[in-house]
Amino acid sequence: MRLTCPFCGERDSEEFQVLGAAVGPRPNPRAEDAAAQFHAYVNLRENPAGPHREHWYHGVGCRRWLVVTRDTRDHTILDIVLAAP
Amino acid sequence: MTGAHPFRLPRGGLVDRSRPLPFSFDGKVREGFAGDTLASALLAGGQTLFGRSFKYHRPRGVVSAGPEEPNALVELREGAWREPNTKATGVELYDGLAAASQNRWPSLQFDLMSVASLAAPFLPAGFYYKTFMWPAAFWEKLYEPAIRRAAGLGRASGLPDPDSYEKAHAFCDLLVIGAGPAGLMAALTAGRSGARVILADEDFRLGGRLLADRVEVGGLPGPEWAHSVETELRALPNVTVMPRTAVISLTDGGDYAAVERVADHLPKPAPGRPRQRLWKIVAHRTVLATGAVERPIGFGGNDRPGVMLAGAVRAYVNRFGVAPAPSLSVFTTADDGWRTAADLFAAGVEVDAVIDARAEVAEAVRVLGEETGAEILLGAQVCGVAGSSGVKAVTVSRDGWRGRIPTGGLAVCGGWNPNIGLASHLGHRPTWSDVIAAFVCATPPPGMSVVGAAAGAFGLAQALAGGLAAGAAAAVDCGFAARLFDAPSASDEAVELSPLWRVEAPLGKVFVDLQNDVTDADVDLAAQEGFQALEHLKRYTTLGMATDQGRSGAVLGQALMAAMTGQGMAAAGAPGARPPATPVAIGALAGRHRGRDFQPTRLPPSHEWAQARGAAFTETGQWLRAQWFAGAGERHWLETVCREVATVRSAVGFTDVSTFGKIDLQGPDAATFLDRVYINTFSTLPVGKARYGAMLREDGFVMDDGTTSRLAPEHFLMTTTTVNAARVMQHLEFCHQVLWPELDLQMTSVSEQWAQYAIAGPASREVLATLVDNGFDLSDAAFPYMAAGSLTVLGGLRARLFRVSFSGERAYELAVPARNGEAVVRALCEGGAPFGITPYGSEALGVMRIEKGHPAGNELNGQTTAADLGLGRMMAKRKDCIGRVMAGRPALIDPDRPGLAGFRPVDRSARLRAGAHFLPLGARATSERDEGHMTSVAFSPTVGCWIGLGLIARGPSRHGERVRAYDPVRGGDIEVEICDPVFVDPEGSRLRG
Repeated sequence: MRLTCPFCGERDSEEFQVLGAAVGPRPNPRAEDAAAQFHAYVNLRENPAGPHREHWYHGVGCRRWLVVTRDTRDHTILDIVLAAP
Repeated sequence: MTGAHPFRLPRGGLVDRSRPLPFSFDGKVREGFAGDTLASALLAGGQTLFGRSFKYHRPRGVVSAGPEEPNALVELREGAWREPNTKATGVELYDGLAAASQNRWPSLQFDLMSVASLAAPFLPAGFYYKTFMWPAAFWEKLYEPAIRRAAGLGRASGLPDPDSYEKAHAFCDLLVIGAGPAGLMAALTAGRSGARVILADEDFRLGGRLLADRVEVGGLPGPEWAHSVETELRALPNVTVMPRTAVISLTDGGDYAAVERVADHLPKPAPGRPRQRLWKIVAHRTVLATGAVERPIGFGGNDRPGVMLAGAVRAYVNRFGVAPAPSLSVFTTADDGWRTAADLFAAGVEVDAVIDARAEVAEAVRVLGEETGAEILLGAQVCGVAGSSGVKAVTVSRDGWRGRIPTGGLAVCGGWNPNIGLASHLGHRPTWSDVIAAFVCATPPPGMSVVGAAAGAFGLAQALAGGLAAGAAAAVDCGFAARLFDAPSASDEAVELSPLWRVEAPLGKVFVDLQNDVTDADVDLAAQEGFQALEHLKRYTTLGMATDQGRSGAVLGQALMAAMTGQGMAAAGAPGARPPATPVAIGALAGRHRGRDFQPTRLPPSHEWAQARGAAFTETGQWLRAQWFAGAGERHWLETVCREVATVRSAVGFTDVSTFGKIDLQGPDAATFLDRVYINTFSTLPVGKARYGAMLREDGFVMDDGTTSRLAPEHFLMTTTTVNAARVMQHLEFCHQVLWPELDLQMTSVSEQWAQYAIAGPASREVLATLVDNGFDLSDAAFPYMAAGSLTVLGGLRARLFRVSFSGERAYELAVPARNGEAVVRALCEGGAPFGITPYGSEALGVMRIEKGHPAGNELNGQTTAADLGLGRMMAKRKDCIGRVMAGRPALIDPDRPGLAGFRPVDRSARLRAGAHFLPLGARATSERDEGHMTSVAFSPTVGCWIGLGLIARGPSRHGERVRAYDPVRGGDIEVEICDPVFVDPEGSRLRG
């Protein structure tokens, strides 16, 4: 599987690590329901059959964190952008 | 037809008769020719019996001439090189090849296990599931060994694979899989257009069916045309021709894996060369030109030696110049079978009968048979075969008449199945085509086109035209202008067929899957018992689960099931194939990543010195670290470690701590960033100071710890534990790029740029003074505990110094550029000699950290909070940090949680064991009474007994209590006393000097 890193170009998937769903933003720790918000942020995940936004790390390349949109049904990569523009 | 080759035809074939190759089979010396396969050479020598079948031990011979072979499996090579279950039809003959038949006892001709055939009524589908149900203990001791002896196939050598393997990557515009007429045309067209082409074929000679059939292309005999195309392709710089290369899988995104058999056709690989090479091929476009596999027909005794696929018979006659039997008959339900009769006749082999299940055939087809002088039987079926290790006669029925035709062999043609397994690796299911009565690939994966016989285009002219069009289209898709030319002339052959799966009145067992001994009765039984879905049929009967993956027989089984259930083939569908397409040696998948090279070994800068010094080594992640340095006369590692600890505590020692992770952080917001990732505050850390820090995961558990120093107002250096270095780096990058991109800082790993040494002990300052250049003040006033600074050592060498301590003694960590590490080690030995300095290893380091109660890997186990580890007070109250909110979850602040404590055996001579569980005294050993477990233990020469750290409920408030340390795995059950985790110098006076 190949991914086109916005910084390095097309690279083999072996160069990347996937973290999981790109959830966020990180909740406000001072919010009154911070505990509930962090529980959702850390533990609750969708499991879609279709496009899925994920955080990937190009550890063996530019060390950029990426937001990869992948179709979970056939691994088609629909979009790759830098997590930090 | 005499001598070493009684069944070799007097002329013809693509073997080199001037190059005889001696080889052995079951210990007997044989001879073949260059260009033979093991199967063709054995057939030429008159060998019809190749092995015994899996379940019934029935005699079996060769069925096919390619990788679809279900029967002719042999053990190849000897000793550690022995390779079981190798298909004789795919083994290229070489000088000195040694092969043995398998699954027979005591010998191939006389097999005692064949009594299993008499017990056949007791071995139906699902037999194992139904019979060997209980008692469970019988499985391991009785059933499994017995089944394995009776069934099973070849024997693995049981020795490490002595060959080497390697992996390689290749990139191309067009990957052409299969070098038959369609594949050659596709490669030629795309290659002439300038596209980068890889042409891969499993065979050692390119041409596919052109080698096996008597056909002409462009006025040349098939093999000559194939050779001329290969010559042109090899001359093109943009084309790579890869014979002996099987494409085994297609994975997501269009990556193909292929195994190149670099040296399988040689007695031994050339020096420095691998036996096989695993390729990862990245292709923009693919042409699947893998041809088709002939399928059998279900009749009684269709597994007998001498019953072969009709196309394979042509291959042996035309390509290898071998007559598979003294005389043969043909049983067909397709026009193609008649060409086998014609080719046998042309080669001078007698054809006894041509039996076609169809009542009528085209005139042109009928003539092919009539010319041979054979008896022609239309609308007839073969019911059974007489003979055990060879065919003696066949029984034929027609319109209620039944007769016996003496013949020496039977060529069977039940039609052809496109070889499209690879196209279904991504989940694209084959669909049934009534036009060719076979499964085809209607929706190939992205970027792939299927051509030739693989696409159901069975005629030669069709295949050539299809290959040309696909090659041109692929070149255009990749941005090249297609150079168009006319396909070479070739005749289009008659390809009519009317599928016949099972004859009406079979005599004897009808085999569906020869390799797994699945019969039509097994399929019927599966249908009756409700295992009708194809995936159930497959698992219940093992149909198609052998190494041939049911290439020839699976469709037959599916058709029988479809008939039983009354579904059509289209509705029943076909299961997809799974990778690998052909069996692959585990060694090829591992490549060079085996044994010590399974993962990289990282060596700290002092490694060679430590080796010369006689150190013992241990693995920490990928790092190899010195574990201890045995001194003269020391006979036990514990003796050495105690001496190292005692020397550090009384004088001075040094150890390599280069393996710790080091991360350099710089920028105006670096301090703010550290405040957010550590539980404690770093923005208040003065320049020139170090501070111990702990960081959490967002779920509130401790992730890592270490010291971080402030080298300048906007410049910090973080250290991490050895094993977590990469994980922490990734985490920090995530926090910066994803969570807080507005913070202005940069970070990079400098773990491998700096060699770092801890110098510890009462005399450490004096030793260090011999290294530092004049002018650097090491006094406690100028460089106190937790100071950090830059300096030069050994006459101008750039260095960093940190007064941090893991051992609890006065200690310094000196860092120099990695290439100077060994020089510093030698200087420490020299400068420290007057003070009695000793190098110490990771074991003494561990003993001293347990003596000081510092948590390390065993305590930072992903299940502990900062409070559990006694670090709760470090958590800054007024700021947020990663994990802070979730660390406040009720269960994580439960006062009954296991917390860090020290442990001593009540009987001071007793040994502690890490992993022992704590129970109240007198309590039964049940999990409900479990209070925690011992995490780290060491024999402490300082305390004079074994000591331990552990996590026990309410640990910090229970000092002085006694509990039971229960270790049933190693038979340990002792009483221990809970104590403060800091065993040595709890006030920390030694640290500050």
